Amino acid sequence: MNKIHKKRLSILFFSTLAVAVAVSLILYALRQNINAFLTPTEIAAKQLAPDYHCRLGGLVKNGTLIRDQYSLSVQFVVTDLQHEITVYYNGILPDLFREGKGVIAEGNVDATGHFNATQILAKHDENYKPRKLQNMQGTT
Amino acid sequence: MIRILGELSLYLALLFAFMQSVIPLWGCWKKNLYAVACARPAAIGQFVFVLLAYLLLTYAFITNDFSIGYVAANSHTALPFMYRATAVWGAHEGSILLWVLILAIWTIVTAKPKNFNPLVLSILGLISFCFLIFTLFTSNPFAAAQLGQIPQDLNPLLQDPGFVIHPPMLYMGYVGFSTAFAITIASLLQGTLDREWIHTAKNYALAAWCFLTFGIMLGSWWAYRVLGWGGFWFWDPVENASLLPWLAGTALIHVLLLVEKRGTAKAWAALLAIICFSLSLLGTFLVRSGVLISAHTFASDPSRGVFLLLLFAILLLGGLTIYLLRMPATNAKPIIFPLLSRETSLLINSALLMIAMSTILLGTLYPLIVDALHLGSVSVGAPYFNLVMLPILFITMIAMGAAALCQGQSKQEWWHIARKNLVISLVCATALIGFFTHTLDWLSIVSIALSFWIILSILPIVKLQPGMSIAHLGFAVLVIGIILSSTLNQEREVRMKPGLAERVGPYQFFFIDTAGVSGSNYRGIRAEFEVLKNTHHVTSLYPEKRIYTVRDMVMTKVDIHPGIFRDLYIALGEPLDHDFWSVRIYYKPFIRWIWFGGLLMMAGGILAIATKRKVGQKLA
Repeated sequence: MNKIHKKRLSILFFSTLAVAVAVSLILYALRQNINAFLTPTEIAAKQLAPDYHCRLGGLVKNGTLIRDQYSLSVQFVVTDLQHEITVYYNGILPDLFREGKGVIAEGNVDATGHFNATQILAKHDENYKPRKLQNMQGTT
Repeated sequence: MIRILGELSLYLALLFAFMQSVIPLWGCWKKNLYAVACARPAAIGQFVFVLLAYLLLTYAFITNDFSIGYVAANSHTALPFMYRATAVWGAHEGSILLWVLILAIWTIVTAKPKNFNPLVLSILGLISFCFLIFTLFTSNPFAAAQLGQIPQDLNPLLQDPGFVIHPPMLYMGYVGFSTAFAITIASLLQGTLDREWIHTAKNYALAAWCFLTFGIMLGSWWAYRVLGWGGFWFWDPVENASLLPWLAGTALIHVLLLVEKRGTAKAWAALLAIICFSLSLLGTFLVRSGVLISAHTFASDPSRGVFLLLLFAILLLGGLTIYLLRMPATNAKPIIFPLLSRETSLLINSALLMIAMSTILLGTLYPLIVDALHLGSVSVGAPYFNLVMLPILFITMIAMGAAALCQGQSKQEWWHIARKNLVISLVCATALIGFFTHTLDWLSIVSIALSFWIILSILPIVKLQPGMSIAHLGFAVLVIGIILSSTLNQEREVRMKPGLAERVGPYQFFFIDTAGVSGSNYRGIRAEFEVLKNTHHVTSLYPEKRIYTVRDMVMTKVDIHPGIFRDLYIALGEPLDHDFWSVRIYYKPFIRWIWFGGLLMMAGGILAIATKRKVGQKLA
């Protein structure tokens, strides 16, 4: 092994190291920012940690939307026709939010089993339904 | 009638595309001049019939010919004329037709009467052939309406001036990269990877890049005005799909410059041309196949997805195979450039752009991969993209400034200027951020400082290289816009009724009144707000809530008071009880700079094409 070989080896070593570090950082970033998409049934089946951030998908149950008198807080029930979960949200609901229609809420499940949403997603296509719910026809 | 004529012209276009692709290819192989000469007339024939089909569809929209299913699904007699004329690209079938039309336009541009490469036309013809088959057999815009199909109106979200020009511009960019791809593949096949290749490929890549930049910018502007969330970029898969070829295209332009100047890195440039076009195809696939759970995905027919994926795989594999087999082996020793040189920074920048592209690609495709492996449904949040893009952005910006400073001076001189510029930009950025926010957020300081660093390095050479300088200045302005608008942004979501006021930033927003309003295809409520700053009247804003009656769809029409240094933005939420409304008010400083930066980048690209021509003319 002469000097050139050593130099090449060290270049190889350091570039591999750099790539490995970059890839692991990217994968770490990815892992931190992935949100699982769950239905009320899946949430009922699992014991989720209170700070577990995920997306909840389902239909807004008819007649369950309650607005607060003094603020923008709302609550409504999301169902997948098997299980239900109450969602709390403070803010403006998107235009396509309707009772009986599909909705996606992002947030976490608190200790009492309610879902605290930080964001209600606006889907721009009125025919849109979460893929897991595509078999569900009609309204609740 | 129009239906039959339209379908007929599409079939004729298919025939011409077949002739354009197969006959010259055979001619090149057999050295048959007559067959080779077929390329141009066939290309013109294809263009004429695609254009005819396109005009017929537009005519059908304008005359409300609801016997065509596509027209019935996306138009209505009440739709205003401007949107009827442009509703052609309002949904899947029409936008694929637009795709093919734009490809035909690019083909005609490549087929200059005296000086054209039959092989380039043949490759473009092949792509066009595939897409015409796709149009005719999976998404025929001229398919008959179903019995009793009621006119459905255009999606209200698309009834906006921003939408009228966004798709054509974006497609001009997407499809434009197919010319760079075809020129590269043709040169590889003919073994003529020479100056001529570089020159033409670079001009076409630059032109496509300008269109793509403009298209992305328009898309961002549309999202800002129409979606009512005041954001300009959501890291939505469809937005990413347009950003991927943009990043690869930017890398391609830079590497082509290097090849043009130094004759090195040819293999990298050729590979980038292939990658760039593949990403354009991938973008079309992602948007049009319905695999994405995304904001703009309107298509959801699995056969289309499979077809497009197959097409993507064939073209990519074909391109790569030709690349591997035909890329001439260079015996010349690779030239090693000194670390502090324009050449090195061009290479570093292209690598960084490709890393950025890969990380975005990973984040975009990850949910699809997980879903395909039946590991559950996940989504990758915007924080991922922000987190991984930031370090790449910083390194890229350092290199951008450092490269501009390299003007053939010694290392010591370079360090001297660089140090001076760095100190000035850091001090200015700290002062600016400190003055505006009264805090010292290091991320914004670094971003702003790096923008200043680019500007300071570029300003002395604006006259020497106007195109490049203006494009890079545009990028710096864009970053300043993004950082300042997101750090200084103020927003309120409030419960308001007429008579009440709300303070956002230095402005007071008075809710005056609401009134009914109606348009040709909607009715709604218009609110009046008066905006005051220190008791001076600034403006009145009239945000609306509309119901598009045909689709029974609720839409928010925001009202914006634009300004160089700040936008005031009001969106009506929902009507609540007792006259109360939920209202979203934004005070967005420097947001215009984002789009102004994008425009500057495009202007720089155009200037780069124009100035190169001038130099060429002088030499001739």
